[in-house]
Amino acid sequence: MKTYTNPIYPYVRSPDQDAGPVRHPVVVVGAGPIGLAAAIDLAQHGVPVVVLDEDETVSVGSRAICYAKRALEILDRLGVGQRIVDKGVGWNVGRVFFRDALAYRFNLLPEAGHRRPAFVNLQQYWLEEFLVDRASELEDIDLRWSSKVTRATPRGERVELTVDTPDGPYTLHADWLIACDGSRSPVRNMLGLESEGQVFRDRFLIADIHMQSSFPTERWFWFDPPFHPNQSVLLHRQADDVWRIDFQLGWDADPEEEKKPERILPRLRAMLGPDARFEIEWASVYTFQCRRMKSFRHGRVIFAGDAAHLVSPFGARGANSGFQDTDNLAWKLALVLAGKAPQRLLDSYDAERTFAADENLLNSTRATDFITPKSRVSRTFRDAVLELAKKHAFARGLVNSGRLSVPAVLAGSPLNTPDADADFPRGPGAMIPGAPAADAPVRGPRGEWLLDHLGGEFALLAFGDAVPAGEVAALAGAAIPCRVVQVGGGATPGAVRIEDAEGLAARRYDGRVGTVVLLRPDQHVAARWRAFDAMRVRAAIAHATCND
Amino acid sequence: MGTLNTEPNLPSPDDFYEQLIGAHRDLSDEESALVNAKLVLLLANHVGDPEVLAQALAAAREGVGPQR
Ligand SMILES: Cc1cc2nc3c(=O)[nH]c(=O)nc-3n(C[C@H](O)[C@H](O)[C@H](O)COP(=O)(O)OP(=O)(O)OC[C@H]3O[C@@H](n4cnc5c(N)ncnc54)[C@H](O)[C@@H]3O)c2cc1C
Repeated sequence: MKTYTNPIYPYVRSPDQDAGPVRHPVVVVGAGPIGLAAAIDLAQHGVPVVVLDEDETVSVGSRAICYAKRALEILDRLGVGQRIVDKGVGWNVGRVFFRDALAYRFNLLPEAGHRRPAFVNLQQYWLEEFLVDRASELEDIDLRWSSKVTRATPRGERVELTVDTPDGPYTLHADWLIACDGSRSPVRNMLGLESEGQVFRDRFLIADIHMQSSFPTERWFWFDPPFHPNQSVLLHRQADDVWRIDFQLGWDADPEEEKKPERILPRLRAMLGPDARFEIEWASVYTFQCRRMKSFRHGRVIFAGDAAHLVSPFGARGANSGFQDTDNLAWKLALVLAGKAPQRLLDSYDAERTFAADENLLNSTRATDFITPKSRVSRTFRDAVLELAKKHAFARGLVNSGRLSVPAVLAGSPLNTPDADADFPRGPGAMIPGAPAADAPVRGPRGEWLLDHLGGEFALLAFGDAVPAGEVAALAGAAIPCRVVQVGGGATPGAVRIEDAEGLAARRYDGRVGTVVLLRPDQHVAARWRAFDAMRVRAAIAHATCND
Repeated sequence: MGTLNTEPNLPSPDDFYEQLIGAHRDLSDEESALVNAKLVLLLANHVGDPEVLAQALAAAREGVGPQR
């Protein structure tokens, strides 16, 4: 590869290897994107974490490239969002072509007033490198490379691990084990568990090429283009003038043959024209699967990321949903470890994230079925949709080249306190209990965006001086603290005061003077009221932490 | 939510039938299949009502192949 050299993270002997089995509150298996996010999030909550990875570097080759707005917001909270955005390329617009013509164009973020675009594209190795850098800044993270977990045995209140290293194996005890060890998840196998689903009978050549090009920074998807008849092609821009091209090959393609440059080059020439100058950075042939584990929590072993669920890349729902897993898990586990919430709070992780995984699996399966029709008639309907889409708006909604990752609205979550006031909006995008918090431009002590002021701990977003100073202090000083973030209104000692720069916070939250919205540490709405009532807020926090 | 109307509703059934067959004139089977698919999609969007569409799909499938 020309544009990237994998860093080597040296193996360092841990003092644990010279002591008896040392016990740690949390061990994370896997320093992929999701394991690293889990560790950073927990460390930010003050929880010490050991991270074990069998490798000594970040991901190699063509993997994730598209990070969705919500994942970027989570990565902002973890302190790496800006680096990813600066290095990557942002985009909102996609185009879909059918044969030789544009079928339609879509904009995934048609409104202004959000810090992050719909997507930023960046090679997975860069993302992981930034996460490793961030993890290294945090004293509570003990990141151990060349450390392969070869045995995991649940033993009542802890999990016993055998870790293989260049110096030989050692034993570790974990109060909690977070398995982020990827789609093949050795930990899952060690526990005799399964991830069930389907393999799609299709193959894709994925090529990353280095090229100077005037293609715009958009997602371009072709169905049945003249340069690759009968199959689909996807083009994405990445950092450093690297472009990702996915060629659908069909099930009968020979993966070994298709990987050879003499097979790849003509495909690229046909697409990019005889004069295009490019170099292949990496190329591989994939088949895709959609599956998940029945439950993501097994006692003291918790699964996240690809270990828990696997989707086809159309929709970019893999890493993006994994970040939402750890976003959901970290604050809950931190409360359980601090003795401030019962263990069953972790069952809500399972409930919320299996629900989200099903949504992702459904979307990803539908997209894959559209892209790879399973029968002649479904191919006919697909082509009919694409033909109609050129001319008729209604058909564009049926074209499915991947429903791109949006966060799950956890409307059915057991942690929600249902609306008591009937006049709150409930339509799409409304801040109903369970919804991920909408961003808005503000002026405040932590920055220029609303989300900078939410998350990490509970927050009560109050429109106007809805909360008396005494109650602000009581909420902040409670066992499970909640900070009051006040939008406009008079001065209230103790409250974080922000100004609604463009009136968009009020609009997006339907905030009138007096409205208060309770947000969880992962920036999901837990409850909302038209007027502040200390008892109800305390009850909602208790409910959202299984303390009732 | 509505109910699928299976009572006579076409003002001139013979005219419509002739038009329908005419729409396939000079087409290969494959092209005809495409025209039919487009027609289904256009009409489905016009109907819109998910219940009516579900009833129409069930009525169309009735008696054809294994029943579900
Ligand atoms: C072609 C392609 C395109 C994709 N595009 C996108 C996209 O655009 N957007 C998106 O969000 N997602 C995308 N994905 C999915 C994304 O790559 C994955 O969802 C993501 O890598 C999952 O991260 P993870 O940390 O769960 O697992 P992994 O990245 O697989 O990391 C697992 C880690 O565990 C370690 N490990 C494994 N076993 C052990 C063991 N026994 N002991 C210690 N360590 C162990 C491994 O070394 C590895 O570092 C794509 C995937 C592919 C293949």
